[in-house]
Parts: sequence; structure tokens; C-alpha cells
Amino acid sequence: MTLTLDEVRHIARLARLSLTPAEEQRFQQQLSSILEHAARLSGVDTTAIPPTASVLPVQARLRPDVPLESANRERILENAPDAEGELFRIPPVFDA
Amino acid sequence: MTRLTDLTLLEAAAGLRAGQFSARELAQAHLDRIALLDEHLHAYLALTPELALSQADQADSHLAQARRQGSGDLPPLIGLPMAVKDVLCLAGVPTTCGSRILEGFRPPYTATAVQRLLDQGVVVLGKANTDEFAMGSSTENSAYGVTHNPWSLERVPGGSSGGPAAAVAAGLCLAALATDTGGSIRQPASFCGITGLKPSYGRVSRYGLIAYGSSLDCIGGLARSAADLLPIYQGMAGFDPLDSTSRQDVLTPIPLEGDLRGVRIGVPREYFIEGIHPDVEGGVRQAVETLVALGAQAVPISLPHTDLALPVYYVIAPAEASANLARYDGIRFGPRLPGQELLDQYLETRGRLFGPEVKRRIMLGTYALSAGYYDAYYGQAQKVRTLIKQDFDLAFQQVDLIGCPVAPTTAFAIGAHGDDPLAMYLEDVFTLPANLAGVPGMAFPVGRDADGLPIGMQLMAPALGEAALFQATHAYQQATGWHKERPPL
Repeated sequence: MTLTLDEVRHIARLARLSLTPAEEQRFQQQLSSILEHAARLSGVDTTAIPPTASVLPVQARLRPDVPLESANRERILENAPDAEGELFRIPPVFDA
Repeated sequence: MTRLTDLTLLEAAAGLRAGQFSARELAQAHLDRIALLDEHLHAYLALTPELALSQADQADSHLAQARRQGSGDLPPLIGLPMAVKDVLCLAGVPTTCGSRILEGFRPPYTATAVQRLLDQGVVVLGKANTDEFAMGSSTENSAYGVTHNPWSLERVPGGSSGGPAAAVAAGLCLAALATDTGGSIRQPASFCGITGLKPSYGRVSRYGLIAYGSSLDCIGGLARSAADLLPIYQGMAGFDPLDSTSRQDVLTPIPLEGDLRGVRIGVPREYFIEGIHPDVEGGVRQAVETLVALGAQAVPISLPHTDLALPVYYVIAPAEASANLARYDGIRFGPRLPGQELLDQYLETRGRLFGPEVKRRIMLGTYALSAGYYDAYYGQAQKVRTLIKQDFDLAFQQVDLIGCPVAPTTAFAIGAHGDDPLAMYLEDVFTLPANLAGVPGMAFPVGRDADGLPIGMQLMAPALGEAALFQATHAYQQATGWHKERPPL
């Protein structure tokens, strides 16, 4: 399972990671060898074996639909790299 | 006169109650020792001396009041100084996950596990070092520098909870709160010669734990013995409505004294493989003999899918991580690197502020979940995970506990695995299965190798079988002295 450089760039883009050319080279090699190792899984017969997403016997507990106290807005905004009033400020998303 | 930093957690608790010393003296003694040693160890990322001393003063006033009224009704952990792995939120205290992407972040809330210990009167000394986002087996992936093993400064303390483990081993705290996604409590416990518990999945609330692999992450503890760990586990375990994966099963008090007579300990042949250090194998086999001498029965067993745990883990954990780490976008918390447009800002912030191992795992997970590869990788890994879990279900029909090494080697040299991720991943080969199956595991010291480095053994129990782990480990520690040995600092 050898990844091409283009595949590495595509995955990095999907993952929203800018990589230097040196990183692209290194990840191409390292990810290929890890995926090579993971490819052993394809040799296992899993016909009729259900997947395990969680080890818990019961899934998705729901709570009553009542509003609860939520986090304090000021304290959340204190961590923002850029904020204005009650909002996070970001670069424009749409062309003006 | 024993130094206050040499006391076990239980001895310190007894000393506080008897008025032999104050919680402030106990906290200060640990802060002084940190000031003396941590420049060599780098176990802590942030210290909270003011918080610690104010908590200690509060504990002292409760202790004094209890003495005046002649009542012994105090929480078991009151006044005891602990470290918290820097992946758990404590409101207002810097929390970095060992990453530049959270530099300067101060959480607005406190993790349930931490809060429960605070409610018990625990004194928090600071946040301890970790591999970035708990991804690693040596703390070499911390963006803030490696932690050194107290037994040998040029070696790693293990990981990802290397900071908390080194702090406990070196007497820079009495115990520590840590996390285990693939062995991150048990392997550093083994490398640092201390005792560590990874509870059953869902036993301790994950609310306020900064997520890595949500179906695998467990919060547990590190201390010098099973006896010291018990009040910590009992203090934080139990249902929490804030975590939808928190188990509602009733928690019954665990008696530490248990009879080992008739307890069947399965010894899986797949855990004694080529590549395991002979001293480690010898130490673990001898510990099993000790348990047998105490009345247990050793039963050879097989966990046939063990060799698949590594590939399963390194598909599932990165897949979950890639989803969990999508939230680091430079918009709401952490630093932001500028970009022309929003997309550039994402790419720059994430690309430059995540370290190489985190990027590797995000990329792996993104690939394993991507269109066209999902079934072959992630879907198949989840099915093989079922087989691994079934191995344990079947084994626990024959035996009460499973005993095996924690890691194939003792602590390795800093830099030994260089830039070879697969070599590092192999360090977790004996600890990953418990996370995949959701069962609890306890690691404890059982000897030393030819270089004098601690050897660890692991016991695993069926889900919710923590009591058996505490009792067996405690019986072993009553009969042996490995857990009393301290690094030469």
C-alpha cells in the first residue's frame, strides 16, 4: 500500500493541514508503511462479525429535554484569538 | 524522620489526621522538591502553587475542626497533593495537551474526574507533561520538551502520561490523575516503577477530558501502590450525566483485602513473544509464581487475535482522533496563524501548530475514513475489534484475571526510536487490547532489569472487575517490596 505524493497532499487538504515539501515526503513514506501494517486486517475473515463502535452494552443514553445552565459566554470568549463583542472574528468567508 | 515527600498517600493521610504535620507543610514540601528536581525531570508543564496552598489551608481548617469536634468524618483524600495530566481541564488553569495549538488556553470549566477529587479535598500541585494530545509512548512528542525518567535521566518515562508517572516516582506528588487510550497510564507506570490503573471504559466520566480516541479514552490514576490508588479510583468513579458514555452500574465499596486462594490467573501465550526483553519475561513469570504462592492458580490461555490489536488500534484511534481534533481551527481557542482567507488560516494554524505525530495520526484517520477506503480500513478494523473483544469474553469464562507484561522492554533511551513511528507503536502492543475490549488493567512493579530499571506487570479483569485488580495487586504488594523502591535522586 504505497501512497502517492498527490494522495498525501489530498489527505492533508481534507485534514486542513499545510505541509512543507519535506513533510509531504516523510509522511508519504511513514503513512505507507503504517498502512502496509494495517493492511493485515484485510486478510481476516469477518463475514458475519458485527462491528464494535463502542464496548458499552447500552448505546446512546438520552436525557430529559430540559434546558440546563450552559457555559459562561465571557469566559469562552476570553480564549478566542480574535473576538468582537459577543462574536468570534474571522477572515471573510464570502467575497464581498 | 521520614521526609514528607517519601510518604505513601495513605501514610500522609494518616499523618494529617493525627496532626503530625499540616496540609500546608505537606504541599510546601512537595513544591520545594519540585523546585529542586523538576529542572532535571521536566515532569510538570504548569505549577499551581497559590492554588495548592490555598486548598491546603482549606484542608487544614477542616482537619482542625474535625479534631476539635472529635469526628473522623473527613473525605479520604483531604489535603493530599496530586498532579493532573495536562489533558484534563481545571477551570482557569493553563491546559495545553502538550501542544502549541492550545498554548495559553484556560478552560472555562473543570473535568468531572478532577472536580470529584477537588470535592474530596485534594490539593492540586500542577499540570503534568504529556505526549501531544496523549499520542505517544515516551513524552518525546510533547511540544514543551521530553520528561526524563527518574530512574535514569537519559531514558524516557514512558507515555503518554510520562509527566504524571515521573512526578509520582520522584516524589513530586503523592499520586496523579492521568489518562489511558492505548496504555498511556500502564506503560509509564511500568517504566517508572509505580502502580497505575486504567479503569473499565465508562467507569470514570470523560467530561472535561480533551478527547483523543473517544471509544478508547479512560481516566485513571498513578500512585505508589494499589492501596494508594483505591481512594482515588473510588473518589472519581461513578455515573455522570454530563458524559453519555458514563456507565450507570452501581459502584460498591471495594475492600482492599481479598483472598487469592482459588483465583485463576490466565497467562496468555501471545504475550510472551519474540522481541520481549528476557528480563521482562523473567520478572513477570516470577511475579506470577509469587501470586501462585499466595494461593492463585496460573492457567495457560490463548488470546488468538492479539497480534491484530496493533493494526486495529492504529486505524480506530487515528480515525477518532481526526474527528476529535477537527475542532482546533484557530477560531475559538488557542493561537491563530494569519491567512488570506479562512481556509488558509485553517491550513496554517493546524499545519504549523500540531506536531508531527499528531499530524501523522490525523492524516491516517482522515485516510481511513475517506470515501472509498472506509470499509476496507475503518469498517474492517471495527469488525476485528469485535474478535479481540470476544477473545477476552471467552478467556474470562475460564479465568478471573489475565496476567502479562506491560511492555516488551523496560524504559528505553531518549531518541531510541528516532523518527520511526511503527517502532514506537510496537511499545503499546500489550496494553492496546484492554482499551479495544474496554476492560480494566492495573500495572505494578515486579522487579528490575540488569540495568536496574523497573519491570512492570499487568493484570486485566473483566469489565467492571476493578475490585479483583485491587485485591490481587495489593496481595502481591503486601508480600513483596518492589513498590517501595525509590529512584536514586
